[in-house]
Amino acid sequence: MAAVNVVAARVAARLPARRYLVLAVVVTWVVGWAVLRGRDTLQLGEAELSPLHASLGEGMDAVDAGRNSNPFFLYFINYVRLFLDEAVTFVQALISQPSFGRPVPLLGWLGVVGLATAAAFLYGNRRVALLTAAGFLSFGVLGLWQESMDTLALTLTAVVLSLAVGIPLGVWAGLSDRFHRLVTPVLDFMQTMPTFVYLAPLTLFFLIGPASATVATMIYAIPPAIRITAHGIRQVSPETLEASTSLGVTRAQALRHVRLPMAKQTIIVGVNQTIMAALSMATIAALIDAPGLGKTVLKALQTLDVGTAFNAGLAIVIMAVVLDRATSAASRRVEDERRAGRRRTARGRRLEVAGVLGVAAVLGYLSYTYVWAAEFPAQANLGFAVRGAADAASLWVQDSLVTYTDAVKNGLTNGLLNPFEALLTGSPWWLVAAAAVAVALLVGSVRAALVTTAGLLVLVLLGLWQDSMVTLASTLVATILVMVLGVIVGVWMGRSDRADTLLRPVLDAGQTMPAFVYLVPILGLFGPTRFTAIIAAVVFAAPIAIKLVAEGIRRVSATTVEAATSAGASTWQLISKVQLPMARSAVTLAASQGLIYVLSMVVVGGLVGAGALGYDVVAGFSQHQLRGKGLAAGLAIVVLGIVLDRVMRAATERADAAAHGALHGGLHDR
Amino acid sequence: MAVTRNGRVRAAALATGAGLLLTACGGAKVGEVQTGASSAASGQGGCGTVNLAINPWVGYEANAAVIAHVAEKQLGCTVVKKDLKEEVAWQGFGTGEVDAIVENWAHDDLKKKYIDEQKVAVNAGPTGNKGVIGWYVAPWMAKKYPDITDWKNLNKYASLFKTSESDGKGQLLDGDPSFVTNDGALVKNLKLDYKVVYAGSETALITAFRQSEKQQKPVLGYFYEPQWFLSELRLVKVNLPAWTEGCDADPEKVACDYPPYELDKIVSKKFADSGSPAYTLVKNFTWTNDDQNLVAKYIAEDKMKPEEAAAKWVADNPDKVKAWLPAG
Repeated sequence: MAAVNVVAARVAARLPARRYLVLAVVVTWVVGWAVLRGRDTLQLGEAELSPLHASLGEGMDAVDAGRNSNPFFLYFINYVRLFLDEAVTFVQALISQPSFGRPVPLLGWLGVVGLATAAAFLYGNRRVALLTAAGFLSFGVLGLWQESMDTLALTLTAVVLSLAVGIPLGVWAGLSDRFHRLVTPVLDFMQTMPTFVYLAPLTLFFLIGPASATVATMIYAIPPAIRITAHGIRQVSPETLEASTSLGVTRAQALRHVRLPMAKQTIIVGVNQTIMAALSMATIAALIDAPGLGKTVLKALQTLDVGTAFNAGLAIVIMAVVLDRATSAASRRVEDERRAGRRRTARGRRLEVAGVLGVAAVLGYLSYTYVWAAEFPAQANLGFAVRGAADAASLWVQDSLVTYTDAVKNGLTNGLLNPFEALLTGSPWWLVAAAAVAVALLVGSVRAALVTTAGLLVLVLLGLWQDSMVTLASTLVATILVMVLGVIVGVWMGRSDRADTLLRPVLDAGQTMPAFVYLVPILGLFGPTRFTAIIAAVVFAAPIAIKLVAEGIRRVSATTVEAATSAGASTWQLISKVQLPMARSAVTLAASQGLIYVLSMVVVGGLVGAGALGYDVVAGFSQHQLRGKGLAAGLAIVVLGIVLDRVMRAATERADAAAHGALHGGLHDR
Repeated sequence: MAVTRNGRVRAAALATGAGLLLTACGGAKVGEVQTGASSAASGQGGCGTVNLAINPWVGYEANAAVIAHVAEKQLGCTVVKKDLKEEVAWQGFGTGEVDAIVENWAHDDLKKKYIDEQKVAVNAGPTGNKGVIGWYVAPWMAKKYPDITDWKNLNKYASLFKTSESDGKGQLLDGDPSFVTNDGALVKNLKLDYKVVYAGSETALITAFRQSEKQQKPVLGYFYEPQWFLSELRLVKVNLPAWTEGCDADPEKVACDYPPYELDKIVSKKFADSGSPAYTLVKNFTWTNDDQNLVAKYIAEDKMKPEEAAAKWVADNPDKVKAWLPAG
């Protein structure tokens, strides 16, 4: 018991007086709102344009008009486009599209399965090889072999090119602080700017076809490659570097022989995240004729055919899980080999490689030559069963749960969302801004407060203050729900391996299933409302928060937990007074990541009734005269993202610093 | 020693051998069987390739499928379908990647930009389909409250349409983002006690109407025809003050219903000047709302592939099709 009390006391000691100051700020704000309600709220109707929006639209027109005469287009963009088109078409010719005068692609299903399994086996282990084989076979069983291979072709091309660009830039950012500072905001921009905003203009530059789809995918997939590579390079301990410098190693040698090998595992994590990001673009890229599973999802949505959409979505999830597990296994293997310091004899490895590749080559040859190995047998198609089951499930959910969901929706909307939104949209803009800057200063840092000030001013200038506040209200409510789920489920998962095995596939599905697939059932349950948008965001964002919290809980050292248990702490005390406080930095990280994920669903929210910025972006994509406003709304989302991220990050740093300070005696060990 | 440690390698060698054996008796070879159908139609009649934009709604898909079917089977064209949103499709006229859009809803601003200013597109006449935009309720509401179809009674029923989104007023569900709407101004100018809520997608609108009928939940929303969903659920239109020429000239002051839309076809200038028989086909193509609804129903409800649906309709309507074909 004593140990528990000691820990509790330390936690309490960390509670700063700042908390009361934050409270004071909020109280002042509420009072101000009550007095000044409805003044200076900067409202703008859905179809109304500010002068800035009009001129943004005209600017886009000017780019459009100058396209054919501008040498930049003639000599640069056109060649990039040609190269990208050729690259994707080549991979498609290999695995998905009839090519070289043949009615089928070069490699049939048997060859692709063989090759993928071989790669998983050689770089990963036997388990992922099995998983890969099963996963790839399931594409055929779902009746979506060709669509899956189209998606795979586009994703792989985009990933390879993203890595070719991203890893060198990442190394540079890892070595140079100046470049790192320069590139970070650019990466933030690339990751938070909604794709809808640049999808239509992209087709002007790169024309309709694989090139545009590849570029759209790369814009989203390059940032993780750069960020994580830079992180890996930076992580290499200064001691190691110093040791190598004292041995007279040059900078280039240090990079080649010390930094890169030691960062290898992190870089593979970057590869993994790049693949996930690329795959998540499959559906949206289909809006500009990108081939593959995304098209199936979108077509199905036109007739609200949930079954077909789910079937294709399932294939995307399977592809994501297979690629994720395979790259994770590869990264672990690299780490194990580095740690163990010994490798199997080169000869053994060579024989293994030769054998496995030999088998793959034979399978490839079979699939090149014979129809049965080239075209997935139609008899094995079980897609209709999946479609039927998904349809039935969606219908059942909509019909039988709707009585309860209405109450939940109304309760949360009236109890939490509406008051919050009223506070944000009903107060004068300068009052909201002042309160936000004060909060940023108190929970974060001076820098965060400066970013907040600048960001909020930009929102005012963009002419979308009111819409931004509506979106902000929904975003924050969604983040709160994400964190409630994240802490509850994350603690459960962190404490029980069984829960982990049980939940992980579900979480993976939530993260990678295209939102378009489950729009119909949640619309049926909650109607076109802000709440539906919040639910969609929670489905997408909760998994990452849960995973991060679980990870944090698991990292709390076993000795600490044991000490507390032997001191007589109950399970509840153990969680609330030891494990959660000690995982505090993981929880804050989960909150900031959850928030960014929620923000990336704003546009999807616009499709299901969230209105505000999400709807502005969607309408800008669909209506010519609104595209200037759509661009402004996209920028507003970027600004919200950067401000919230910087404040959360500053808060995390503060929490980390506090935790280190408070836990310096005894209990702190890793 | 490496060999003994790797029984795996031996297994691999075995599998390789087995595979080689299999190749000896492996069944039909690629390219042997499938020679029949592929090369028959393409390239004849000087038609070449036609790039059809496919905008994302079923009615459009019906038009495009029928045109593509006739162009391929009767004119020997190669048709490339490209799935694109409207604005991207229009841009394709300029970049030369789209030859035809076969169901266009007004889009006066795009017409001005691409037909009048850039001169890369031309109008290829009406499709024969009449577009209607308006406010609709589910059939059970029209039955239970017969006078709801007159806008003057809408305020009486406003409280029925209250939702969590509508600030205590009635909710007018709006916003397929692809369609222009005056509803904000309409509500204000007709002094209706309603708030416009932006659903944001056709999916959201259809789901809302479906649930409205099933749960008997009141929904008033923006919709349009021809639309496949109307053959599943015949929504009832609410009559706003009748449209007269010019009553919607000022979007701020509009207080009348939406105009009737003549849906039309737009083609690229290049395609129109090419003398391709496919252009004549696109130009001559007209059919009725009933025709389109039927093909749309094949696709949306009977789950036929667009190509199958088109083949079925063309087989059933040879006379209509004949009238579209180039003379001679």
